[in-house]
Amino acid sequence: MNIDAADEAQLEATWRDPPGWLGAISAVNHKTISCRFMVATFGFFVAGGILALLMRLQLAQPSNSLIGADRYNQLFTMHGTTMMFLFAVPVMQAFAIYLVPLMIGARSVAFPRMNAYAFWIFLFGGVMLYVAFFFDTGADAGWFAYVPLSTFKYSPTKRVDFWAQMITFTEVSAMMEAIVLITTILKMRAPGMTLNRMPLFVWGVLVTSVMVLFALPAVVLASTALITDRLVDTRFYSPEHGGDVLLWQHLFWFFGHPEVYLIFIPPLGFISTIIATFARRPVVGYRTMVLALIATGFLAFGLWVHHMFATDLPELGKLFFTAASLLIALPTAVQIFCWIATLWSGRLWFRTPLLFVLGFFAILLLGGLTGLMLASVPLDLQLHDTYFVVAHLHYVLLGGAVFPLFGAVYYWFPKFTGHLLGETLGRWQFALFFIGFNVAFFPMHLLGLQGMPRRVYTYPAQTGWTGLNLLSTIGALAIGLSVLLFIVNVARSWRGGVVAGNDPWSAGTLEWSVASPPPAANFNVVPVVHALSPLWQPGGTPSHVTGLSGEHREVLITSIADAEPDHRLWLPASSPWPFVAAIATTILFIGSIFSPWAVVWGAIPVAAACTMWFWPKQDMTQHRRSSEVPP
Amino acid sequence: MAIEEAPHHWVRRALFPACAAPCAAQAQTAIGAQDALRPAGIQAGHILQLWHGTVALCLLVFVVVLGACLLALWRAPRGSRQSPADLGTLDDGPGTRERRLLYAVAWGGALSSAGLVILLAGDVLAGRALAQLPVSGALHIELTGHSWWWEAHYRDPVSQRSFATANELHLPVGRAAIITLRSDDVIHSLWVPNLHGKLDLLPGRTTEIRVRADRAGTFRGQCAEFCGLQHTMMALQVVAEAPERYAAWADGQQRPAASPGSGSAAQHGAQVFRNSQCAGCHAIRGVAAGEGVRIGPDLTHLASRQTIAAGMLPNARGHLAGWIVDAPSLKPGVRMPAIALAPGDLQDLLAYLETLH
Repeated sequence: MNIDAADEAQLEATWRDPPGWLGAISAVNHKTISCRFMVATFGFFVAGGILALLMRLQLAQPSNSLIGADRYNQLFTMHGTTMMFLFAVPVMQAFAIYLVPLMIGARSVAFPRMNAYAFWIFLFGGVMLYVAFFFDTGADAGWFAYVPLSTFKYSPTKRVDFWAQMITFTEVSAMMEAIVLITTILKMRAPGMTLNRMPLFVWGVLVTSVMVLFALPAVVLASTALITDRLVDTRFYSPEHGGDVLLWQHLFWFFGHPEVYLIFIPPLGFISTIIATFARRPVVGYRTMVLALIATGFLAFGLWVHHMFATDLPELGKLFFTAASLLIALPTAVQIFCWIATLWSGRLWFRTPLLFVLGFFAILLLGGLTGLMLASVPLDLQLHDTYFVVAHLHYVLLGGAVFPLFGAVYYWFPKFTGHLLGETLGRWQFALFFIGFNVAFFPMHLLGLQGMPRRVYTYPAQTGWTGLNLLSTIGALAIGLSVLLFIVNVARSWRGGVVAGNDPWSAGTLEWSVASPPPAANFNVVPVVHALSPLWQPGGTPSHVTGLSGEHREVLITSIADAEPDHRLWLPASSPWPFVAAIATTILFIGSIFSPWAVVWGAIPVAAACTMWFWPKQDMTQHRRSSEVPP
Repeated sequence: MAIEEAPHHWVRRALFPACAAPCAAQAQTAIGAQDALRPAGIQAGHILQLWHGTVALCLLVFVVVLGACLLALWRAPRGSRQSPADLGTLDDGPGTRERRLLYAVAWGGALSSAGLVILLAGDVLAGRALAQLPVSGALHIELTGHSWWWEAHYRDPVSQRSFATANELHLPVGRAAIITLRSDDVIHSLWVPNLHGKLDLLPGRTTEIRVRADRAGTFRGQCAEFCGLQHTMMALQVVAEAPERYAAWADGQQRPAASPGSGSAAQHGAQVFRNSQCAGCHAIRGVAAGEGVRIGPDLTHLASRQTIAAGMLPNARGHLAGWIVDAPSLKPGVRMPAIALAPGDLQDLLAYLETLH
């Protein structure tokens, strides 16, 4: 369904962000924000990767003096922090911010200004951490920052303060994004897209976002208590004053383990999407897949103690967490079986996105199985805090998240830019990544069993760990090369790649019905959905929504379960105030590292910026009044 | 010369084992085994047994699932962009292919559940075995973690021996030891993989681990919980030896420090020890000053230990001298300051320390 050129131009003018530098900071379009978000998270991924390569160079030889203890401790802390907080969780939200509205037939995300604010606050927090690192104030207490090592008594410099404040930035950003996504998914789906017609990726995002709302408050509490312990001596974590050191671990891992699934569940959605397209059929067992996602979301909150088996918790209690940790393998296993069944009964079209998904199978399977080993208390007593865990977590996170993520980039890049990524270079990148990954991380299983603990900056030659460490470093360099190939591929294809057209894959979900890249309003006409794969299954009538204004950013709000039209809503215009508010918040957060008074005085500009942000415009209010139809 | 080398020096250092001073020294001596796959005690043995069973089951699952995936890739027909999506699959009513696929998935889920139950049973049984180590007549050791060294207090309820030592434990083969763990500062973790899994040393709490060495040998342990700047250099030697040899060692440790012969260099060294900063942090039993001080390791029988600086350096005169003169440059962050001593005083102090067998 098309509309005439004048209406299309009007729609574009209404939804486009203003031009110029003021426009750049005023942007609220979800695609613009998401692209910035993706580029920023990818930048942090590369930065974290460079830190990892430096660590691997240090460990390539025993008793190496390339990097000293102090620098090395900063490197692994920054690497872990970057990859978990500045890459893995936000990159999934960034993808969701782009894709969810397009997949559900919406013209925007809900709360577009909050979305913009969440991006800016994330960016400023990440940049702050790296600026501190370059001034030799990089966090050095581990990405987990266990107390009491991270308390003022044992870490008296500002390093941990920057780390803890970075957590504040990212948790504010992540929770806001979760609210944006949940609201978008539940209230802005195109008419007809009932919950049981929602794409599996959108289900994954919904589950993840709800998990964020429950998991993040735990780390908010933990890190705030750490900050006040350090800043105003509140003593939550000092055993000599009645505090407790395990409190931190419980709170941190109550967030930290679900976090693994925040990283892992959206890629499950990538995989379901990619497999469906390249097997030329919908995924086997849609309801099973959805229930598995939801089950994973629940179980993820019941196994944090398996990070604490080496503490003095009672054995019977630990057994409960062993059982829960084993149990969570089941929903993932069922999803893997469904995918295999889909491949089994499909017609396979081997393109780079599918290759990355197949790489996921081999790697995640191994990572999942080593996870079962770590769920066992006796085995964990040997394996905990060794290189075995380093191997396991990289198999799970790189295999479970980064492989599907690269697949997703190859899959959706044409939608983002209008050009396909190079297929040959893509296959080379995949091969190099797959081989490099296994060469880098498989030896670490053996190193852990041979007794090599984590977070050591060197090891004596007599331990016999040299050969495997050197091998691992060579593999890491291959991964680096593979990422370099990816950057080359993106740079070459951005403008020069094969022109994609609306739908280069002949796929089934709604985002492929619009131009690549999509217009500012996404859909010239808002579609009405009649089936699970709207582009594959013949539609019914009506095929689209009529009556939405093209002169205002008007969206249709629908009911939660059945997506029945409920009312029209005008989304706010582009505005620089979220950016200004983010700057003010950043000043408050960074100031509080140096003085608690920054919280008091810094709140004034934040309040002022927020007031301007929400200040109603008289003419808009009048327009809205006049557009209302009395009942 | 130096200028020519400068651009490449980090490459060379990364790829070739050009060692820093502390570690270069370590390369000269043998260190204990540190390997979870070669148990020297019953606890590590139980865990290894569970490991073998778990690996076998997981390997089976890996082969079957990946095999199914590869088979699917091999047998499925090829498609392309032009292949229409197969919408017949939306019908999963009785008798359809889709229903059969769902049954296969359900079977996979059922078999996985069975596998998980087997794993859980194995975990429970291994956990019970670990808890059932007989400890009647066990040796008691209190081990306190410091950044970055280990303080040990032996209390033998059988022989009534009681003494302090550091960074090196001796265990009689075949006799259980109950090790009580405490921390003086941050969280550390005791891990001697050949004997048992790890257990944390938590400030404000007391934990307890039960081990038994069943084979003589020297085993290396390393702090397994990141504990700050020199976490890497917090190692522990565990010497498991025949009961008679252990008894001889314990008798020696029990005795106060030997008094140096009068007029000897060692006697002057003892004076240097008492009068310099040393005695402010280190105890030598029988030498008055420093009694009960726990800032640094008890040195009463320093010369009987294989290593110094928590397993970082071999216990040899040259290393000891370097350590005394400038510990902070060898192990940055260590609490031991650089000690300025006249050359003669240093030599006499070393001579004295070497008498502390």
